[in-house]
Amino acid sequence: MNILILGAGQVGSSAAESLVSEANDITIVDVVSERLSSLQDRMDLRTVVGNAAHPSILSQAGAEDADLILAVTASDETNLVACKLAATVFNTPTKIARIHSAEYLAHPAIFTAENFSVDFAICPEQIVTEYIKKLMEFPEALQVLDFAAGKVSLVAVRAFYGGPLVGQQLQELRKHVPNVDTRVAAIFRKNRSIIPEGDTIIEAEDEVFFLAATEDIRFVMRELRRLDKPVKRVMIAGGGKIGRRLGKASENDYQVRIIEYNQKICEELSADLHKTLVLHGDATDETLLESESIAEMDVFCSLTNDDENNIMSSLLAKRMGARKVVALINRSAYVDLMQSSGIDIAISPAQVTIGSLLAYVRHGDVAAVHSLRRGAAEAIELVAHGDTKSSKVVGRKVEEIKLPKGATIGAIVRGLSVSRNMPSGTAVKEQADHGTSTQGLQVIIAHHDTIIESEDHVILFVINRKMIRQVEQLFQVNVGFL
Amino acid sequence: MSRFFAVANVLGKMILAFGFTMLVPLCLSLWTNDGARSAFGEAILVTTGAGFILWLATRRYRREMQVRDGFLLVVLVWSVLPAFAMLPLLIYLPELNLSMAYFEAVSGLTATGGTVLTGLDTLPTSINLWRGQMVWLGGMGLIVLAVAILPLLGVGGRQILKAETPGPMKENKLTPRIAETAKGLWLVYVGLTFACVIAYKLAGMHWFDAVMHAFTTLGLGGFSSHDASYGYWNSPLIEVVAIIFMLIAGINFATHFLVWRAKSLFSYYRDPEAGLFVLVLLTSCLGLACYLWFVGVYADPITALRYASFNIVSIATTTGYSNTDYSLWPIFVPLLMLFLSGFCTCSGSTGGGIKMIRARILYQQVFREMTTIMHPKAVSPVKLGGSVVSNKIIFAVLVFLFIYATSIVMMSLVLTLSGLDIVTAFSAAVACINNLGPGLGQIGPATTYASLTDFQTWVCSFAMLLGRLEFFTLLVIFTPAFWRK
Repeated sequence: MNILILGAGQVGSSAAESLVSEANDITIVDVVSERLSSLQDRMDLRTVVGNAAHPSILSQAGAEDADLILAVTASDETNLVACKLAATVFNTPTKIARIHSAEYLAHPAIFTAENFSVDFAICPEQIVTEYIKKLMEFPEALQVLDFAAGKVSLVAVRAFYGGPLVGQQLQELRKHVPNVDTRVAAIFRKNRSIIPEGDTIIEAEDEVFFLAATEDIRFVMRELRRLDKPVKRVMIAGGGKIGRRLGKASENDYQVRIIEYNQKICEELSADLHKTLVLHGDATDETLLESESIAEMDVFCSLTNDDENNIMSSLLAKRMGARKVVALINRSAYVDLMQSSGIDIAISPAQVTIGSLLAYVRHGDVAAVHSLRRGAAEAIELVAHGDTKSSKVVGRKVEEIKLPKGATIGAIVRGLSVSRNMPSGTAVKEQADHGTSTQGLQVIIAHHDTIIESEDHVILFVINRKMIRQVEQLFQVNVGFL
Repeated sequence: MSRFFAVANVLGKMILAFGFTMLVPLCLSLWTNDGARSAFGEAILVTTGAGFILWLATRRYRREMQVRDGFLLVVLVWSVLPAFAMLPLLIYLPELNLSMAYFEAVSGLTATGGTVLTGLDTLPTSINLWRGQMVWLGGMGLIVLAVAILPLLGVGGRQILKAETPGPMKENKLTPRIAETAKGLWLVYVGLTFACVIAYKLAGMHWFDAVMHAFTTLGLGGFSSHDASYGYWNSPLIEVVAIIFMLIAGINFATHFLVWRAKSLFSYYRDPEAGLFVLVLLTSCLGLACYLWFVGVYADPITALRYASFNIVSIATTTGYSNTDYSLWPIFVPLLMLFLSGFCTCSGSTGGGIKMIRARILYQQVFREMTTIMHPKAVSPVKLGGSVVSNKIIFAVLVFLFIYATSIVMMSLVLTLSGLDIVTAFSAAVACINNLGPGLGQIGPATTYASLTDFQTWVCSFAMLLGRLEFFTLLVIFTPAFWRK
């Protein structure tokens, strides 16, 4: 595919990195030539220096032939204009824009074909906010991902001593929770993946990925570790875009405190948030943390723009007694570095966002993509089309499908009719969700003899991202069918 | 002095217009032949004559009004018009001296409702109508004063209300916008008065009483044409009508205007005061009714509720009607009622006191202080209806409260010094500054201000003006800086 990426920032370069490995032709545009040359050194792609909202630059970057435009510059306005230009001047079929501002997202009409013709608007802050919000809801989990409009969840959880299933074979799970249908999709032990079989024994410290209907998550987690008390008190360090959104989204459910360094932003925050306590100060100031009883906090999230600050403040918070600390870390090197430190969860906004971006870019009918384990593994929701003849999956039992080793079918959602594939976290998605009928919806946890039907949403877990192409090819309908 | 003359020119026009409003009682007097004809005739001649001469004499100084002129104009209007408004009373009732007549007129035009007259039932209907009309006209002026003029002058944190006022209020000149705003507000005021007249009539008053009491209900004045006030009818239905319209008049007229224009009740919900105003009154009525029933003042709860709610709504909205002598109740209740009168009514209504919006800001400021003690680093602004109230406004409100409290203390002290007992002195100070009307002791609901000496009457008149003009407007005139070029 011919892909044009506008903006070589965090998201832009991560997207380039992910897509270039999937054999796409990539052109990347940015105003800063240094950023581009460092990208070009690492990857096989074309770069153009210039303003992404100028037709001449777009034309130079080959917008005429582009199948897809990914407008991820820092400016919302540039992204919007670039999408409009791509639509009117270059007739680009798919236009994806990153939009930060809630002002624009509040009016979906802006994105229609008559206006800025943005096919998909992605708001990284919103995605990260939802991600953290989920973690507050399930404080035991490392990651909670939604599929099929929130009906099915993939949960990553670390097994601990005290969980009834720890030290037992995986098949015991069925006896422990007879009424709950679940499937363990993968187990990572000391950073190495284990393909789960019935006789696999779960050990403490294993990272277990399982799929279950969203309402059953807690029952399964209880088998793997002792459940924590529900989250009540939350402290957020940094009142930037994510901090503010998170405060707004969670202030009705939890007692939220936000620490922000900038007095002016503090005032804006306190005007914007109604129940949240806004504190002016430095999140790495231990006297402030102490006086705000950090030890009583169930979750501490450091969400400033500064990686080092986030790492330090969350380590400090953890040392001072915060139950669970979450740090926003942009640099992927740091993310890997911090995963085994005192920080419970390190979130890389680029990684979180890239999943949503990838869903639109991929071949086949992809409804959702989530990066797992810092991009190494992936969970993907694919829609099966066609019939027994034209498709390699429809009408076949799960065991008959020739999946590459390391890819597992976790669950099947039947009866879901989504007109367009919309991953989570987009504004447009909320519109679509209303159109999604959740009645007659059936969540089937895949067993070896489950038969896949046409229009099923199949949720797969792929240990290694390299297998994605093979999996996608499986789900493509034969040309003869068309 | 050119400022003074320019203002005097406008004042002259207003006096002239005010003189013509006396034609209404004159016509009534001619029609009913109640003997007050010559009093009104002479009053009209004097008033219109004086207004005309003043206007003519200062014609050369006519110019566009500026914000600073506003202070002077407002003060002059509320202090000079009563001098003309008292003329019919002064001429018709020879036993009335100057101080008492002026008090009665100030009480009317500031919508206070404290009276020095007794034997109201035997007064000519035209005189009673004029008393009601003073309250009504005063209320009309007050709405514009509260909604349009005081915010412009920036008195005591009144700027907060700018947001609530229909239309932008950014002009530096007084005339054009205010004329528009005033028209809309007056339309609502007149409409509600009509509704009130009809409601009173249907509830059993005769036409004259219905009009007179509708005037004083909407103005939250509290003048009545009967010595026994609402006890004269002893009709629960009339009292319910009165309660409803007192509540309506206690809400910001700008909000009424918005509701009327948008044809939706949403503005009441959005109004930062209206809900709280009704809630405070509702809980006070229920609570005090229970109390009165419990201590045995009334034998059954329904009667207790009836008397409690009518008198509490009347006093808390600074109207000042009564249907029983509530000063005979346990002293806790009348004191609480006086306290309620200090803050219950909404800004932009015809009520007095510090207004609910300031009370709310102060309350939230207290809360904020406590948050700051617990969390020294907290940034917790005072918010009203979702938007932040700036520190400047909070400061203005605090200063306003300080002047309010100081004024009550000073007036109480002065009245005590002049020989009044402390209960009467204190309640007179509160009742006058809150523009409430009846107090306790010598000036309780069953008696009048007639027993006060001339000096005390003048003090009370001044207190009413002070409270009505929100302290700063009046006090700023007395500063030398105001008169300096």
